[in-house]
Amino acid sequence: MIYQGKQKIWSDYQKEIPDDHYFYVRSCIRQNLFPASEKTFLDITRNKLGKDFFETEHHTTCGGIAYHCDAIPQETSMTIIARQFALMHKYGYENYVCSCITSFGLYTETLETWHEFPELEAKIADNLWKTCKLEFAKPKYLAHASDIIYKFRNLIAAQAKYKLINKKTGQPLKVVEHIGCHYGKMFPSKSVGGAEYPYVLAGMIEAWGGEVIDYPERRHCCGYGFRQYHVRSNRGYSLSNTHKKFESMEPYKPDMIITNCPGCPYFLDRWQYVISELEGKTYGENGHGIPVFTYEEVAGLVMGYNPWDLGLQMHQVGPEPVLDKMGIPYNPEDKYKGPYGKDIGRPELPSCGCL
Amino acid sequence: MGKFGFALSPSSRINLDEVDKVKFAKLVEIEPDVLKCMACGSCTASCTAGKFVKTSMRSAILALQNGKNEDAINFLKGCLLCGKCTMVCPRAINTRHLIISILKVYQ
Repeated sequence: MIYQGKQKIWSDYQKEIPDDHYFYVRSCIRQNLFPASEKTFLDITRNKLGKDFFETEHHTTCGGIAYHCDAIPQETSMTIIARQFALMHKYGYENYVCSCITSFGLYTETLETWHEFPELEAKIADNLWKTCKLEFAKPKYLAHASDIIYKFRNLIAAQAKYKLINKKTGQPLKVVEHIGCHYGKMFPSKSVGGAEYPYVLAGMIEAWGGEVIDYPERRHCCGYGFRQYHVRSNRGYSLSNTHKKFESMEPYKPDMIITNCPGCPYFLDRWQYVISELEGKTYGENGHGIPVFTYEEVAGLVMGYNPWDLGLQMHQVGPEPVLDKMGIPYNPEDKYKGPYGKDIGRPELPSCGCL
Repeated sequence: MGKFGFALSPSSRINLDEVDKVKFAKLVEIEPDVLKCMACGSCTASCTAGKFVKTSMRSAILALQNGKNEDAINFLKGCLLCGKCTMVCPRAINTRHLIISILKVYQ
């Protein structure tokens, strides 16, 4: 292919990401699964980078889980979303950034639907006024929080205390990146690199010194999927998806996995326990699993945050092998102590003695 | 189902690099029309035997392309050679002749 042609194709997958002044919306489930990720994101952007990220306690869920489970109709989720956008407008912001990939997909889908069907947009604006007495508004710019970290990846690298480099060998850590399906597969042009050339996480890994692994099932779903997981009898399908990814990445011996979705890190992490129970197989070094991180956690580690303040003790697969490789100091005794020194309990070990 | 109430499904991955393509090449040589199939399923929908036993021309061709030769033969075992599939094929493949050729090459 001619070089200019390649450049043109690549330019279709680029995203203009504003520098500052965002209205930030949290995820419903991430604070339970990865409790410090959102806090770390706000701390990095506000206090380390000096940016304006506003959040309000009045925002709610986007309705994504109920929408994808067919529990609520599309118009209901659109009205919920219209309320979120109206709050952004009320507080004087035009740039909207969400922490959740499901939300990002649903917001994009909603904005596209309103663009195609203006009469539906008018109906939702009417619903919003009748139910909430709020003025309808649309964001000038919609971003996912990983876009922001991607945008500031070099600024973070400039402040980095540690790199994604094995301190003993000097070699870059081998990192598997996994983007959420609803980030790049629904509307590829709305993401950095789309699903074909996923770069949002790869850019962070490269900027922070790691090496991205390109393995055959790189673009495969993590296995979450609302319909697959929420019905117990379908969970084997979810598990099989994850198993397929691990089988595919295993020969490349990854040191760690980075994700940008609420579901992906949870399932890639927890399913390793289930696979080890069912199959007696683990995919990391020395009978352990492969540690899985959110991009905020990795940004926090790179910038020198205490691993236990990042909530890494909540992971099924222990992060210690990665911390040791990067040369990050930690106190094992503090691992299961909460903010006030209270014991928060320990995860059950698999019967095969691994992870 | 194990302790969790669900289990891993067997993998459906096929490594086409490991599939023996010699027999399929031979089949293509004597029946080039096998490559014309677009898997529309008209043959399977009209199959008389298919109502009673597992018979599917479409599935057989797909199985051959994926190197699952035994599965392909099983899909054709119940064929009565009535020729209805030949009459409905939108690609005008002589399916009856193709079935005989497949059995000659693979059995």
